[in-house]
Amino acid sequence: MTTDVDSKAVTAPAVAAFGVSKRFPGVIANDDVHFDVRVGEVHALLGENGAGKTTLSNILTGLYRPDAGHLEMGGVRVSFDTPRDAIDAGIGMVHQHFRLIPTFTVAENIALGAPQPGERVRLDMAAVERRITELGEQFELRVDPRARIWQLSVGEQQRVEILKVLYREARILIMDEPTAVLTPIEADALSQTLTSLTSQGRSVIFISHKLGEVISVADRITVLRQGRSIETLDATGSTRESLATVMVGREVERVERRGVGALPGAPVVLSVSELDADGDRGLPALRSVSLDVRGGEIVAVAGVAGNGQRELVEVLAGLRPRTSGRIVVDGEIMDRADARHPIRMGVAYVPQDRLGTGLAPDLSIAENLVLKRYRRPPVARPPFLRSSVIDAEAQSLMEQFDVRAPSSQTPTRRLSGGNVQKVLLAREMSGRPKVLVVSTPTQGLDIGAVATVHQLLLDAAAEGVGVLLVSEDLDEVLALADRVVVMYEGSVTGVVDAADATVASIGVLMGGGRSEEVA
Amino acid sequence: MSVNSNLFVIIFASAIFYGTPLVFAAVGELLAERSGVINLGVEGMMLLGAVSAAMVAANVDGPAALVLPLALLAAMVAAGLGASIHAFLVITLRVNQIISGLALTIFAGAAGLSSYLANVWGLGKHPALNQFGRMDLFGLKKFPVLGPILFDQTLLTYLSWVLVVAVMVYLFRTRMGLHLRAVGESPQTADSVGISVTRYRYGHVIVGGMLAGVAGACFSLTIVPTWANGLTAGEGWIALALVIFGFWRPDLTLVGAYLFGALSSLSYTLQARGIDVPTALLDALPYVATIVVLVIVSNSRISRRLGSPAALGRPYEREER
Repeated sequence: MTTDVDSKAVTAPAVAAFGVSKRFPGVIANDDVHFDVRVGEVHALLGENGAGKTTLSNILTGLYRPDAGHLEMGGVRVSFDTPRDAIDAGIGMVHQHFRLIPTFTVAENIALGAPQPGERVRLDMAAVERRITELGEQFELRVDPRARIWQLSVGEQQRVEILKVLYREARILIMDEPTAVLTPIEADALSQTLTSLTSQGRSVIFISHKLGEVISVADRITVLRQGRSIETLDATGSTRESLATVMVGREVERVERRGVGALPGAPVVLSVSELDADGDRGLPALRSVSLDVRGGEIVAVAGVAGNGQRELVEVLAGLRPRTSGRIVVDGEIMDRADARHPIRMGVAYVPQDRLGTGLAPDLSIAENLVLKRYRRPPVARPPFLRSSVIDAEAQSLMEQFDVRAPSSQTPTRRLSGGNVQKVLLAREMSGRPKVLVVSTPTQGLDIGAVATVHQLLLDAAAEGVGVLLVSEDLDEVLALADRVVVMYEGSVTGVVDAADATVASIGVLMGGGRSEEVA
Repeated sequence: MSVNSNLFVIIFASAIFYGTPLVFAAVGELLAERSGVINLGVEGMMLLGAVSAAMVAANVDGPAALVLPLALLAAMVAAGLGASIHAFLVITLRVNQIISGLALTIFAGAAGLSSYLANVWGLGKHPALNQFGRMDLFGLKKFPVLGPILFDQTLLTYLSWVLVVAVMVYLFRTRMGLHLRAVGESPQTADSVGISVTRYRYGHVIVGGMLAGVAGACFSLTIVPTWANGLTAGEGWIALALVIFGFWRPDLTLVGAYLFGALSSLSYTLQARGIDVPTALLDALPYVATIVVLVIVSNSRISRRLGSPAALGRPYEREER
């Protein structure tokens, strides 16, 4: 970034891929991929899920060997047999899911597998700590080397991951979806770190599927689609729309509705007041959470993952006991903590873990579609199921919700993420719910499927269902919600009308800032 | 009567004497568990060690300084072989660790291989020709109170102290120890920085088994000291509980081992003094305590809080697409 343009032109790229291909049984993960990363540049790899980003980074880090093509570093051909070779060559990976041991200190985590020069049997922790402090000062990544990982915030943990790579003398850092777990404020700090890295001659390969972020952070962007490198573009001059078109291969419509709101006089269908519940470790995870959802309204719950959203959703679905508080569904008090009670009261639930919690992966689409209704006619004539009815219902739901599968007898585990989500929404909506609780409904889906799922949620709201949408994706929240409830450490830090909300204003609340305005 | 024949001095001294096999077995199991592998085969491996040591002690003629190390070596090899079966099953084949360990104890245990071998070798008819006797360390045996407790033990006890210190240093002060703990906490993380999970797990399971073999030899070379079927009397299970009791730390495990050693020896000690107590009750104490400890920690939430290695009992498979 600060290197001048002329010197860039003469130096060979820090790392470059020439015609890299990698096949797996039945899939071509990478097909003739070309790209080059200059010294001191942030180079984004942009693509949808399944476009080949992960495979490519696994090739760069020595986990896979390419079937064809080769890599060059500084103009010299290299080939990596093991991850060790890539590390020795100066390539370091900052994983999306941190590879850190929570009970170890920062220094212990960084020292793992990276012996100090001249080290014998004894481990010199003081020397490791000194080196970490030096690196921290050099790259403005301050963190206490003696702190234990579990005591650190997610942003600090990411700094440890970056330091871990720098400690191993990496010149090229690969970051896999690094902002996925960060608050907007932490994401800003990360982009400052990127500047500090590149200004000291390090190069960054920034893997992402988020268009806006890629434009603001990267110098150049290589777009991958279906395993192929489509184009390398300068970030300046690119727009979300132009990138999306290259990424998907066609023009993409964005589903958007802001602040349409509940129908006038629509009743409150879900009312939660003063809800407390414990998390998995027995510590309070929800603290006095209150919120209302009216029929026809989409209320989003925003927040960084792990701030009580999962617990809230599980309490509403009857999967987690509450310690105190009141839940009222369409005027009726929910007073029992079992999973069947909310279903009967009209609460539909689309969990984050679609295939594991939401569906029975080995059962067919048809069987999954009646999982919540199999006790009563017309699906059953107790104690027997009526397979002809089940199948006919499945056919019509699959058509209505555009589920693409070989047949209604296909096991759901064989479906793509988008179709899994459609089956799940079809089942939940077919129960004619009053409230639809959905948790991160588009995580991991490709752009086309995202648009379909968004449309289905809007349809549900249009039918008068109150939708509670839990999402970590602020773009999604802002595009769909009428109101946004922000959670931080188990409490609601603010409720904002979507019409007035911006990423920045929600970001402050996500980091624990309080707002006095309650809509 | 000197202070050294005071009842409490004798209880302490025999606590250490009877606790010594527990120290070896529990520290061995601790090493395996720190790598993420539970080995319920401790009892079986101890019996394999005991029978092999007894065989050497009964059949090899020679000076004690030669025969006894040989007997210990035989115990370590036999138990190490037992442990390597477990290691192969659970690390390479990813068999359920609980089932494999139980199978090892049943296979090698009181009604299995160890008794068969003892039968074949004709063991148990005579006391061992050579045994580890009490050693007056630094000539301090007569020292009041501490003398009989600390300086009138067998060489095996002194070795167990060296072992505990060595394992403490190894775990918390060396790079290999750091890597071992990482493998037990998060094999994914260890693998991602180039530490061989498989190698660490095999190594520590097998070394752990060898130490269980030494524990078995403590019975056939000092405590009993000959062969008798099932002579370890379930102490392998106590060792398993001790690892948890000691929060996976060698020093605390040693304290626990002596506590259980005291419980195990209480009935002899009291009887020898002519104190009348129901011995069945006293004999049951260590086992009751073991069951209590195991019930408490079998709740995974509690055991996590106690410091159990996070990946304990879980096979590791590198994620591939």
